[in-house]
Amino acid sequence: MADVQYRDPEEMIAETGWNDHFHDHHHGDKYQSNFFATYIFSTDHKMISKQFLITGIFWAIIGAAMSIIFRIQLGFPEADLTWLQPILGKWIVVNEGVGKLDPEFYYALVTMHGTIIVFFVLTAGLSGTFSNLLIPLQLGARDMASGFLNMLSYWFFFLSSVAMFYSLFLNTGPFAGGWTAYPPLSALPQASSGSGAGMTLWTVSLALFVVSVLLGGMNYITTVLNLRTKGMTMWRMPLTIWAFLVTAILGLLSFPVLLSGLFLMLFDRGLGTSFYLSEIFIGGKALDHVGGSPILYQHLFWFLGHPEVYIIILPAMGLVSEVLATNARKPIFGYRAMVYSMLAIGFLSFIVWAHHMFMSGVNPWISNFFVVFTLIIAVPSAVKVFNWIGTLYGGNIRFNSAMLFSIGFVSMFISGGLTGIFLGNSAIDIQMHDTYFVVAHFHIVMGIAAFFGMFAGIYHWYPKMFGTFMNETLGKIHFWGTIFGAYAIFWPMHYLGMAGVPRRYYSFEAFDAFKHFADTNKFITTAAIIVFGLQLLFVINFFYSIWKGKKMTTPNPWLSNSLEWTTPIEAGHGNWPGNLPVVHRWAYDYGKDGKDYIPQIEPMGKDEEAGDH
Amino acid sequence: MTGLIAIASVVLLGVVAVQIGKISDIFAKIRGEEASQHESNLFNGRLGMFFVVAFLVFCVASAWYYRNDMLGYGPHVSASEHGVWLDWLFNVTLFFTGIVFVLTHLALFWFAYKYRGEKGRKALFIVHDNKLEIIWTAIPAVVMFGLVISGLWVWNNAMDDIKEGESYTEIEATASQFLWEIRYPGKDGALGTKNYKLIIPGKNSLGQDWRDPKNFDDFLADEIVLPVGKKIRVRITAKDVLHNFDLPHFRVKMDAIPGLPTYFVFTPKLTTEQYRLNLKKSKDQHAPYDAAEPNGPKRWEKFEYELACAELCGKGHFSMRKIVKIVSQAEYDKWAAAQVSYYDQNVKGKEWDTSVAPAPTPEPAATTAAPVAPAIPAEFSAAAVEKAAAGTVLQLKNVTFATNSAALTPASSKELDMIVEMLKKNDKMKVEIDGHTDNVGDKAKNKALSQARAKAVEAYVESKGIAKERMESQGFGDEKPLVPNTSADNKQKNRRTEFKILTK
Repeated sequence: MADVQYRDPEEMIAETGWNDHFHDHHHGDKYQSNFFATYIFSTDHKMISKQFLITGIFWAIIGAAMSIIFRIQLGFPEADLTWLQPILGKWIVVNEGVGKLDPEFYYALVTMHGTIIVFFVLTAGLSGTFSNLLIPLQLGARDMASGFLNMLSYWFFFLSSVAMFYSLFLNTGPFAGGWTAYPPLSALPQASSGSGAGMTLWTVSLALFVVSVLLGGMNYITTVLNLRTKGMTMWRMPLTIWAFLVTAILGLLSFPVLLSGLFLMLFDRGLGTSFYLSEIFIGGKALDHVGGSPILYQHLFWFLGHPEVYIIILPAMGLVSEVLATNARKPIFGYRAMVYSMLAIGFLSFIVWAHHMFMSGVNPWISNFFVVFTLIIAVPSAVKVFNWIGTLYGGNIRFNSAMLFSIGFVSMFISGGLTGIFLGNSAIDIQMHDTYFVVAHFHIVMGIAAFFGMFAGIYHWYPKMFGTFMNETLGKIHFWGTIFGAYAIFWPMHYLGMAGVPRRYYSFEAFDAFKHFADTNKFITTAAIIVFGLQLLFVINFFYSIWKGKKMTTPNPWLSNSLEWTTPIEAGHGNWPGNLPVVHRWAYDYGKDGKDYIPQIEPMGKDEEAGDH
Repeated sequence: MTGLIAIASVVLLGVVAVQIGKISDIFAKIRGEEASQHESNLFNGRLGMFFVVAFLVFCVASAWYYRNDMLGYGPHVSASEHGVWLDWLFNVTLFFTGIVFVLTHLALFWFAYKYRGEKGRKALFIVHDNKLEIIWTAIPAVVMFGLVISGLWVWNNAMDDIKEGESYTEIEATASQFLWEIRYPGKDGALGTKNYKLIIPGKNSLGQDWRDPKNFDDFLADEIVLPVGKKIRVRITAKDVLHNFDLPHFRVKMDAIPGLPTYFVFTPKLTTEQYRLNLKKSKDQHAPYDAAEPNGPKRWEKFEYELACAELCGKGHFSMRKIVKIVSQAEYDKWAAAQVSYYDQNVKGKEWDTSVAPAPTPEPAATTAAPVAPAIPAEFSAAAVEKAAAGTVLQLKNVTFATNSAALTPASSKELDMIVEMLKKNDKMKVEIDGHTDNVGDKAKNKALSQARAKAVEAYVESKGIAKERMESQGFGDEKPLVPNTSADNKQKNRRTEFKILTK
């Protein structure tokens, strides 16, 4: 290098990269010299991201298996469930040789399914995995701003998982009052056996989870704002990073409100305060609590709860945007509009929470405002959908599993988003509130869609994580089976909702208006079992490919522009062995000037005009 | 054994899947990466087109299959007046979202198919297009504006409370784990006060306050029976946890919250009989109601409106059913007249009767249920109050109590309501409520009784919306007789309640 003469330092950096004196300290070796530091208490963001992902997959299997058990109850209420006794023990009540699911445990399963999927899988497993993996790699950073806090973030999640997992085995059962945990049901052990120790552990688990999210979020924001490599301006960041940034801000602003709500709940449960309780007669006794309001809890909960659905969906949107552009070999359509609509969605998500509470006794006049704000969200959401479709137009599309799941994501986001327009209008919500229409809506728009985004991310960045590819054929079977199956599960639920069938019912037999959907419920359950089997196919593919998958031979298999594909195939702690890459352009110069792709590290040509004009 | 076979077959399927994957990898290698990618593009692009067509057909077919359950179609029309507008809004929304749904889905999968990677294809370099972006931001914004405006219009009409002077029937629904209790106001048209601390299961299930005379005629009904075409205001409460008062046929839903009463106002449009005839037009309603009895009644014949719970309330959440019957006004009146009040049925004369019913041999003071309506005393007229100075004492001649009890008789409310009116008109006025007895019986007991009676009057006035701070209550026993207790007549005069104006 010494024989090359540079006229000024800028030129030298442009040619050789940004020397941040990383290797003068040799910390990579010092901290990764043993098994524990490498695989368990790792501070390397890449390892932490794998920890989040694998813990997420563990929880996803449990959460999905729970849904299968309660779907069997709904689809085949006559079925003999004695075969589940080895797993569920006393919760299968055998009467005259026929095993039945205990209603108490049915509700525990419903509750745990929601809690696990929303928090542990789609928050920790999705945002935790990909924020960790991609923020430093796509920004050109050695690691997160604080590797130690990042490690703590995972281990708080782990502790939270342990507490929740332990609660599954309690004699009184895990918490059974719905994932929203509305008091007084959740506050009074007399009201439900799951509201005893189960609820205490649920609260402890979520409190630890909030700590994990806050530690992670602070790190993500700091890293994005401070550790971008030379040339990586905010407007050159890939949309994934924008999504993770907005997600982290939402989490930082909303999760503490949930925590305060949970503390008040603990006070009501343990110290005899009356924040949420008033004039209650239960178990043959009138309680002393007066003056509290259960609606206060709902406000605190949904002040988190609504941003939470965007905490789930925004990372998926970011991943999908990146995968769509890369595989369509085209710039993402309307990059700035995408960023602005994400910011708009993030802002609006804080002023729409009461649309979950139209029918819970809040002043109907207040609802007017929440209807207006809620339906405004449809506009930036529509812009995003049109931009994704616009990205496909005129492309040279490479169909792989990641791309298919991204297209599937857009389909799900459209279907589930449009039903949100019904529910956001409080008048229609009178009929639809707490029915299967709501179940269909949120499962499609933030359940299936978020899972599709996550799958797209996993298939796309799998080589980055493990140095091997997942099997494409299995991936495609996984996709096509899942998209058909997922619609088969959730589409018919819209009709149940229109007929007013309430959610969270153990049985529909008591009601003439609800019981004639028995065939529909059978159909849904059958589809759910098939789709569950397909997800196991994914799990097999995932773990098999870690060791036996096709090896990665070039560092940039998808011919992508962003920085994560400029590291060596086996990147150590610090990501780049030499100097940091320097960025000269935005991440979406696909198909520009006749070139298939131009990586961000490629300096601008002499008369070249920036792509993001 | 079957378990083993199941596990084995699952494992086997997994192995098969892995092998399929491996083989396809090898094939791809043989054909060359690029060629096999292009083949896969074509195959998956076609599959996408097949998917979108199948999906849209499935949407239409399922809508046809479930047409009887879609809002505003088939026989399941709204049975309430506001619900018709709700169904209309639903269908307007369905129309607009349906267009967007079909167009975006077709575009999504068509573009994916049309621009699939092929030999020699080059992607266009399109970064953005301001004109297009303005159009596709503006169109959703305009449609949303329309939906918001019509939505809010329907919503605010549906959620309107009773307006002053409107005629309506009020009932009360109280939820607890896991049943509904429906209370009707009885002949007086007003529901009595209740207090959760007074609940005694089986003896005073709702915690009705028997000192409130409005409670005596309130009755609890096994089924909700309501007159058609009349405004119904449901007062919705809960005893223990959250519940939700859900009448799917009427498009009615509202949480029931302990300590925080809510309400829903609706007007039934179709009687149960009319709704059945509506259902009769639909073919599937001619199936037998009970599959075990093929010749039994048909589905439409057995139709009933139903009340359900729509807020998770514990393990019995799914079982909180009550039948709702909508009948003509005449039938309703007949039915209501035949009901026996909860008080008469379960409380009157029992040891848990805190009002103590009028004794069989009433002393003169207890001839309370005077059939003659009390005339409005002149001293309560607006003009008189206008003139009255602080210190004026208003004698209440028609406020009476059950013997040896502080329970107000139902007839007392008329005169007390006038006092309430007066206090409402003069919102700065403070009063003292004094209770007096005659000299019969124990002095201390008389004093205590007069205090309790003054308190009961105070509580009644307070229950009508007068702040407690504006009232003081005192009992004087027989210390301040109006006239000497020399005759039964005089004694009657001395047993009295007075309102003294403290400040105006």
